Amino acid sequence: MREPTTHPEWQPRVVAFLCNWCSYTGADLAGISRLPWSPAVHIVRVMCSGRLDPTFVVRAFRMGADGVIVSGCHPGDCHYQKGNYKALRRVHLLKRLLADFGVEPERLRLVWVSASEGGAWAKIANEMEATVRRLGPLRLEPDPRRDEACIAYETAPEAEIPPGPPFSKGGAEVSSSAERGVS
Amino acid sequence: MKDKAKLALYWASSCGGCEIAVLELEEKILDVAAAFDIVFWPVAIDFKVKDVEAMADGSIDLCLFNGAVRNSDNEYMARLLRAKSKVLVAFGSCAYEGCIPALANTRDPATIYDWVYRDSPSTDNAEGVRPQTANTVALGGNGNTGTVELPVFYDTVRTLDQTVDVDYYVPGCPPQAHQIQAVLETVIDCLQNGKPLPPKGAVLGAGDKTCCDECPRERKERKLKKFVRPHEIIPDPDLCLLDQGMVCMGPATRSGCGGLCVAVGVPCRGCYGPPPNSLDQGTKMVSALASVIDSQDPEEIERILDGIVDPIGTFYRFSMGKATLGRALGARIPEDGAPSS
Repeated sequence: MREPTTHPEWQPRVVAFLCNWCSYTGADLAGISRLPWSPAVHIVRVMCSGRLDPTFVVRAFRMGADGVIVSGCHPGDCHYQKGNYKALRRVHLLKRLLADFGVEPERLRLVWVSASEGGAWAKIANEMEATVRRLGPLRLEPDPRRDEACIAYETAPEAEIPPGPPFSKGGAEVSSSAERGVS
Repeated sequence: MKDKAKLALYWASSCGGCEIAVLELEEKILDVAAAFDIVFWPVAIDFKVKDVEAMADGSIDLCLFNGAVRNSDNEYMARLLRAKSKVLVAFGSCAYEGCIPALANTRDPATIYDWVYRDSPSTDNAEGVRPQTANTVALGGNGNTGTVELPVFYDTVRTLDQTVDVDYYVPGCPPQAHQIQAVLETVIDCLQNGKPLPPKGAVLGAGDKTCCDECPRERKERKLKKFVRPHEIIPDPDLCLLDQGMVCMGPATRSGCGGLCVAVGVPCRGCYGPPPNSLDQGTKMVSALASVIDSQDPEEIERILDGIVDPIGTFYRFSMGKATLGRALGARIPEDGAPSS
């Protein structure tokens, strides 16, 4: 959890939510290509940038992040067609909300990184670390109850999912929808 | 006949609406009076704080505590009633999640004092008088003096459960009468028939879906090019208000009120708090609103978002006390905890 951030040995922490299809693969490429990029950036893989609930971002800030990157496929390239546009709208609105809270909107950055852009990812990660170093640690009023709520949210038991149809039927439906996806 | 259960009601930093909501039980209030001895209820019955102080710990069976904790007096009463009560209920939005008082957490106390005692257009305070926690005044004309004390104004408005241990929560601004009745009946059922109470920490007197679930309007999942404010349009009586461009908090709000506001053409303001399993009402609303904007162009999105006036005050109108990010960070928080005026 967030410790006092006036410590002289403070190091920035950036949480990056990367979509599975483009950006995570792009970051992977940066690694395979032996490109050095900031160790301050910690990656969380999500299936799509459109999966990003804005709650994830505020929770990352509450739990110790000084900056957050959201990265998806380039416009028009989304694996799920429109998820990255959803992320675009959310981040624009969320930045306004962060400003209202007194959090510098630059602490949240939305970028597009394709699977072939390892270099772009390395550059973005380094830039974000520099941005956060310039802004300094994110100062949130310490509040153990809010921290507890964040942890409880993380560890809450999954809602009970009612049993689905028999496996054979489900399997048939999956394959037919997969075919539709290919065509 | 054995003693009746003891009931206490108290208001801390609140508007009094929750108290009126209890009276809205109408003739059912007689059932409450039949089942409970009301031992403390400043708004209606003349008991004093010293009467509560004199009670044994745990001697009140049920305490409905409404209002946020804004100052030292609120905190004293919260701690006192916690000690004296077996079951303490955070009753209403202020006690549950801060409500309107907690919107003050977007500013620091100095800014609030400057506005209230100096800058607001209706202020006439040429001497620059500010509230003092202790003030010496002359008593009579014979040179005697006495000290008048005011509670300490806290930096941060806190919810009841950020101050003391809370057993149950009843959301709503105010809680609706039929829900209050349901909560009281649950407790009466426990006392009289030995039925078990819900698990500690439960939200009582509310649904487990969103306000949209109770809304009588038809949703067509329209996409929006523009947000409108309530005074700018006369809404269609049958269609979803969000579809019509109003910022309606329904998708990010717990059900339970019966859709009162939306039924009369007023967008939901979010008073029943976040739905179950969501951490933060405001970011839930960001998520929902971003989905209805019809644009893929950053500049156009910004133009559309300009139509949402005051995002923080809209999305956290009732839940600022529980907002994940906490209070405004730009605000300087003095070390000693006293207002820096």
